[in-house]
Amino acid sequence: MAAVKFTLNGKAQNVDVQAQMPLLWVLRDTLGMTGTKFGCGIAQCGACTVHINGQPTRSCVTQISTVAGKSVTTIEGLSADGLSHPVQRAWIEEDVPQCGYCQSGQIMTAAALLTKAPNPSDADIDESMHGNLCRCGTYQAIRRAVHTAARYRRASIAFVEKGATA
Amino acid sequence: MIAQKLNRRGFLQAGATAAGGLMIGFYLPERSPMGAQTPAPAAVPSKLNAFVRVGADDSVTLMIHKSEMGQGTVTSLSMLLAEELECNWSKIRTEFPGVEPAYAAGGMMGAYGSLSIRTSWQPLRQAGAQAREMLIAAAAQKWGVDKSQCKADNGSVVNSASSAKLSYGSLADAASKLPVPTGIKLKDPAQYRLIGTSMKRLDTASKVNGTATFGLDIKRPGMLYASLERCPVFGGKVASFDASKAKAVPGVKNVVEISNGVAVLADNTWAAMEGRKALTIQWDEGPRANTSSASLRQMFMDLTAKPGAVARNTGDSAAAMGGAAKKLEAVYEAPYLSHAPMEPLNCVAHVTADHCEIWAGTQIQSVAQQTAAGITKLPPDKIDIHTEYLGGGFGRRGGADFIGEAVEIAKAVSGTPVKLTWTREDDLQHDTYRPASYTTFAAGLDADGWPVAFTGRVACPSFGGLRNGVDSTGVEGIVSITYDIPNTHIEYHPPDAGIPVSYWRSVGFSQNCFFMESFLDEMAAATKKDPVEFRRRLLSKDPKNARYLNVLNIAADKAGWGKPLAAGRFHGVAVVNNLGSYNAQVAEVSVTGGKVKVHRVVCAVDCGQVVNRAGVAQQIESGIVYGLSAALKIGITFDHGRVQQKNFNNYDPLRIDEMPVVEVHLVDNHEGPGGIGEASTPSIIPAVTNAVFAATGKRIRSLPIKAADLV
Repeated sequence: MAAVKFTLNGKAQNVDVQAQMPLLWVLRDTLGMTGTKFGCGIAQCGACTVHINGQPTRSCVTQISTVAGKSVTTIEGLSADGLSHPVQRAWIEEDVPQCGYCQSGQIMTAAALLTKAPNPSDADIDESMHGNLCRCGTYQAIRRAVHTAARYRRASIAFVEKGATA
Repeated sequence: MIAQKLNRRGFLQAGATAAGGLMIGFYLPERSPMGAQTPAPAAVPSKLNAFVRVGADDSVTLMIHKSEMGQGTVTSLSMLLAEELECNWSKIRTEFPGVEPAYAAGGMMGAYGSLSIRTSWQPLRQAGAQAREMLIAAAAQKWGVDKSQCKADNGSVVNSASSAKLSYGSLADAASKLPVPTGIKLKDPAQYRLIGTSMKRLDTASKVNGTATFGLDIKRPGMLYASLERCPVFGGKVASFDASKAKAVPGVKNVVEISNGVAVLADNTWAAMEGRKALTIQWDEGPRANTSSASLRQMFMDLTAKPGAVARNTGDSAAAMGGAAKKLEAVYEAPYLSHAPMEPLNCVAHVTADHCEIWAGTQIQSVAQQTAAGITKLPPDKIDIHTEYLGGGFGRRGGADFIGEAVEIAKAVSGTPVKLTWTREDDLQHDTYRPASYTTFAAGLDADGWPVAFTGRVACPSFGGLRNGVDSTGVEGIVSITYDIPNTHIEYHPPDAGIPVSYWRSVGFSQNCFFMESFLDEMAAATKKDPVEFRRRLLSKDPKNARYLNVLNIAADKAGWGKPLAAGRFHGVAVVNNLGSYNAQVAEVSVTGGKVKVHRVVCAVDCGQVVNRAGVAQQIESGIVYGLSAALKIGITFDHGRVQQKNFNNYDPLRIDEMPVVEVHLVDNHEGPGGIGEASTPSIIPAVTNAVFAATGKRIRSLPIKAADLV
């Protein structure tokens, strides 16, 4: 067993588990945070995507020992109320999910994309979201929603900047 | 067509009768399975009927008896109830109920065959109307006025004489004690407020913040996590095993043998999987250990050399073929396919001496219950099924193999709840697959190029049961064609391939529409006829084809059929009549360097009365993506009795960068509602392969499309 300390959704977190245990299963089974999903176990489907130090990462192939000292954000920590992140708002506006199982991973990947590319093209979206499978075929809705999220995000940033200078 | 659907349902029905029994529904106040919707009512709400409960706080709880696997039942079934209930849409909450006779259609409680709307259309509107009338009667009683003076409106009953208002919540208790009215006249289409509009899904909020509870998310006190090693060869069994190394893996608590393998139980999923890797098992692989894709193909091919059971015969095809000016022959093939829903199969089971509780994403609760009853030897009323959200179904979760495994393991450790989780490798290698098919076709054309005879011989493993030697699922989409071809003769063989098979989104249509619509294109191409014109002519004689013809015309028109396309782009068309719905699709593709790119798909749909417009469009898009994976990318192959595909690295469905623009055009009418969940999967495949023919002159007769087929 290994004691690992890291930051989870902004709060200090300690776990005492096998050092090789994937972060995915620490989140789901040890900590009971089931928003992050298991889809393939070999980083091929993106359902388990979380942010580690802001980078979209496949938690199913990330050993817990490598997370020590780092900051992990899961779908549960993306926004304070669970609905107000620009990507979540856009997903609701465009009614993206069908079965919904892959959507935590889709949303985490989209949120990371927008921090790098605030105004992504369809090609940017396709490139960065290529690793997230959806068997319900919500891809067209995802493209639409990422554009909507980008608009929400730019508007909220503009609002904050305007507020700061007023 | 109708006969086939009845047959499919009849098969399922027969399964239900075997169990019978009455289940008492349960109410789970501590945890709403719907996540972040309207909060749970403060007090237990009053039950007006099996589908409607109203709380003193004006909350309205609707029972969703058809599993939600993405197809939108939570929203569309709520619309049916709310249309007549006249409740406040924003106060609706929903629950998945347990097994009860009131929730069974045709003896089965379940969501399959694109039947949820079709079987709920009348009973749910009637249930909504019934609850409304009881609330009105309660108000009339309170006011001491005649019912005719009271009207339901947005969650309240209004006294039209005094304009007084009583909320549903204030009437619920009294209403629940009144006699239940029957045979209430339902609204005319002109009065619909919800039906036919676009409503936002009720489950979206919980699916964007991780709170929606899927089967895999269930945790019970003291629960152990299980991973099961099965024989890699279908039909094989355990000869002997050594669990000593597995038991030494940290976290492993127990190892048990069940009927089809060895399960490792641990205090987390990963430890169970690691323990499973450490098992040493000697398998008795059984008689299928030499099965390969080549040996199966040979078996199918040999069968089609011989006469089979007659599935359709009209006119005299032999004579017509003899007199034909031109003859065409072709062989079409489709591979086994895995369903691969995003959520790997899983089930939580808790078995004690006198009770069994199951939490799972299941499409057919009745089958899950019967399966558990068979294993535990408990009566069905001692088996509670808690339905969770399904992370995709596509037919896979209609089976209960994964539920049976969990119950067997839980029975072996009686008293301890167990969660069995399949890996993706388990999912692809132990599916109940869409069966492969090997089909030979011939057509005779007259001097003007119009078909006078069409014959076929289908070799496709059976899973729906044989009637007069024919499994209707193996030939649906071929025997059901309504094109004007006077002489037809179709035969069927059920190969004994030994590979487990079952329903895969759109079932027999999934391969047969590809065969049929491709061969029809071959007939058109034989005398250089336009594929749309060719179909128009063959559909225009019989007025029963009017809806068929209409969707063809709309799709061709909206796609700009016959008009110039961008350089390197080509159109293909296909039509299908399945599940009581009609759709036509035009695909726009390019082919470069041995790679097919689908740019745009236009789909015209007539599914009769639309319930949720947005939901229908979602399902059409969804079905197209599912079909595109089969057209372009996926197939299951066998070697030494084993499935060769292991994970999404070599069974790689369509990804976002391969997603075309999809346009959906709905036909508005008030015909009875047709199915929509599986409607668009079949026709996208030949629309694409016919476009590939237009682009390259290469006829695709085997799936998925391979680079070698294009040069």
